[in-house]
Amino acid sequence: MLEIKGLTARVEDKEILNGIDLVIPDGEVHAIMGPNGSGKSTLSYVLSGREGYEVTGGTATFDGVDLLSLEPEQRAAAGLFLAFQYPVELPGVGNANFLRTALNALRRAHGEAELDAVQFLKLARAEVKRLSIADDMLKRNVNVGFSGGEKKRNEVLQMAILRPKLAILDETDSGLDIDALKIVADGVNALRAPGFSALVITHYQRLLDYIVPDRVHVLVHGRIVRSGGPELALELEANGYAAVTAEAA
Amino acid sequence: MPAVTETLDTVQSVTGSGYKWGFSTDIEMDIAPKGLNEDTIRLISAHKREPDWLLESRLKAFAAWQTMTEPHWAKLHHAPIDYQEIHYYAAPKQKAGPKTLGEVDPELLAMYEKLGIPLKERAILAGVEGAEDEPAQIAVDAVFDSVSVATTFRESLAKVGVIFCPISEAVREHPDLVRQYLGTVVPTNDNYFAALNSAVFTDGSFVFIPKGVRCPMELSTYFRINARNSGQFERTLIIAEAGAHVSYLEGCTAPQRDENQLHAAVVELVALDDATIKYSTVQNWYPGDAEGRGGIYNFVTKRGDCRGARSKISWTQVETGSAITWKYPGCILRGDDSVGEFYSVAVTTNRQQADTGTKMIHIGRNTRSTVVSKGISAGRSNNTYRGLVRVMPRAHNARNHTQCDSLLIGDQCGAHTVPYIESRNSSARLEHEATTSKIADDQLFYCRQRGLSEEDAVNLIVNGFCKEVLKELPMEFAVEAQKLLAVSLEGSVG
Repeated sequence: MLEIKGLTARVEDKEILNGIDLVIPDGEVHAIMGPNGSGKSTLSYVLSGREGYEVTGGTATFDGVDLLSLEPEQRAAAGLFLAFQYPVELPGVGNANFLRTALNALRRAHGEAELDAVQFLKLARAEVKRLSIADDMLKRNVNVGFSGGEKKRNEVLQMAILRPKLAILDETDSGLDIDALKIVADGVNALRAPGFSALVITHYQRLLDYIVPDRVHVLVHGRIVRSGGPELALELEANGYAAVTAEAA
Repeated sequence: MPAVTETLDTVQSVTGSGYKWGFSTDIEMDIAPKGLNEDTIRLISAHKREPDWLLESRLKAFAAWQTMTEPHWAKLHHAPIDYQEIHYYAAPKQKAGPKTLGEVDPELLAMYEKLGIPLKERAILAGVEGAEDEPAQIAVDAVFDSVSVATTFRESLAKVGVIFCPISEAVREHPDLVRQYLGTVVPTNDNYFAALNSAVFTDGSFVFIPKGVRCPMELSTYFRINARNSGQFERTLIIAEAGAHVSYLEGCTAPQRDENQLHAAVVELVALDDATIKYSTVQNWYPGDAEGRGGIYNFVTKRGDCRGARSKISWTQVETGSAITWKYPGCILRGDDSVGEFYSVAVTTNRQQADTGTKMIHIGRNTRSTVVSKGISAGRSNNTYRGLVRVMPRAHNARNHTQCDSLLIGDQCGAHTVPYIESRNSSARLEHEATTSKIADDQLFYCRQRGLSEEDAVNLIVNGFCKEVLKELPMEFAVEAQKLLAVSLEGSVG
């Protein structure tokens, strides 16, 4: 369970998060929606521990562990996965090698035996097939020369292989056509289980047609101003953010 | 493949910080007095029972050296070298000529074991027996300071006519071959350090692959500098006759020392018609401490002569050690349709300085060369690529492709690319590409978010950056090289 209380954070001198309160129980998928500049991506970076995002107050715990005191790789080992809005290219680094190194780092952290190349490829190929992703995705260098859609599919493939307990999807739908969107949604839905929860950050309601959230939160000026069921997303789609922004002001 | 396994085990045990292989072995030394003069050279020559022609060649080189001055055009700074403060000859004391490993000083064997050199009798013998068909054997000609103490696999090589032995032995047993080729690629007065080497070289390897023979195994030599203040001056000569094929591996580690140690090797390669020579180096000499004290000064002249038509010489190097590296392995593409290649990874950290690159001299028609250089700088180091591509008037349709990439870690290091491109034939096609990049924060964060530690992330990114070069190395060396990169860059981020 993710529990965020009174979280405030700034980037350089600018306050971006102004007191976030959010609880995501195990097995639930929550969506965060909000206008540009409301702090959605900042929240994902603060939770995953990116440098340059300074926490000024509040707490964030996952399964009782204080996330904010951990290094990024320790948060990953605790079960946190961030699907990047802009996945990073790693020239010369094969996707399979990258994923196996990552998976084995997590397994080591959990006291599990590492997978050898054969065991890993078996697992990875099964996921590739299940997600209807092109076979050569594993052989290519990490995100190098990938189209926007391929990069997002690769994020979903990584998530499927690394099996996080909590996934944060940071505008994973941006720039995707409808087919790619379905693949991403299928990937997330396939992981839905009592031991898996997700925070889906999105600007548009469209993705939530495919990943139906348990709760929807609206983020404005670094604060959650409204929460509700899936119908809240439809309301935002119909009326725009202006109404809630005005309420919050 | 016990030999390989053993090497890997040792390499895998290399973790933690600092230079792991900085131990020295306590062995009685037979050492010449410090200083360099004609008497020193006569002493070396006499110790080695050399023929007169070689002594004369040494004295000629010494005379040339005395008229020359140290080159200072490279981007390197070091304290002056006092050539009279060096021992020019040191040999481990032993009963004359050990014929089996059982006769070799056990302490020496123990040290090789620490270094992971697969010299132990059981490993080697297990490999030798019924070994004809086994693909992954490595023959080892181990150079301990100045005298080669053990040579293995000699017999199975001899069966196909391959000669692989210490060069001092080749001088005695194959004098005509040595005399025919020695100094024909790197003349005695080629440059300051080559002249010094030609005057005082003590040992090294000699390889001869006869016509039409594909050498049945990778040949490897491990060099080691052990004697205090003794400069080491290896001399290597490799000859591949028409249609012959050989892959030679060279790897180095040295014990930790406070003083700077001078190293000035000369390597000559000769490839006749249709011959191929692949020469791979992993160099990990003591680079000095974090402040740059100590460490090896490495001034090396390596050159291959593609003398025959359709011949090919390929240099691959992974340079992580030494305080100073001055090294430009090159190819003289004399034969028509001959091919030269240079693949290099040079890593500098702390206060290390490397000025390295290649020379591709196109003389024959349709000659082709490829240069791929990857420089990685960290700490307060300086890493310079210096490469010459020269196309002579008769080299019609010569082609060269050069790619130089630099990776910076931190903001106090330097990367420099100095290409020299000279074409005297209008049909030549020469390409030069260069890039400089930094390991980006977003790359590190991406890796760490997936669970990798910062150091693992750096290793992954660096290995990706070097991939084009590492894939040119024989497999077991590639693994070793990756580990070396990891050890070399430990603690350089953050």
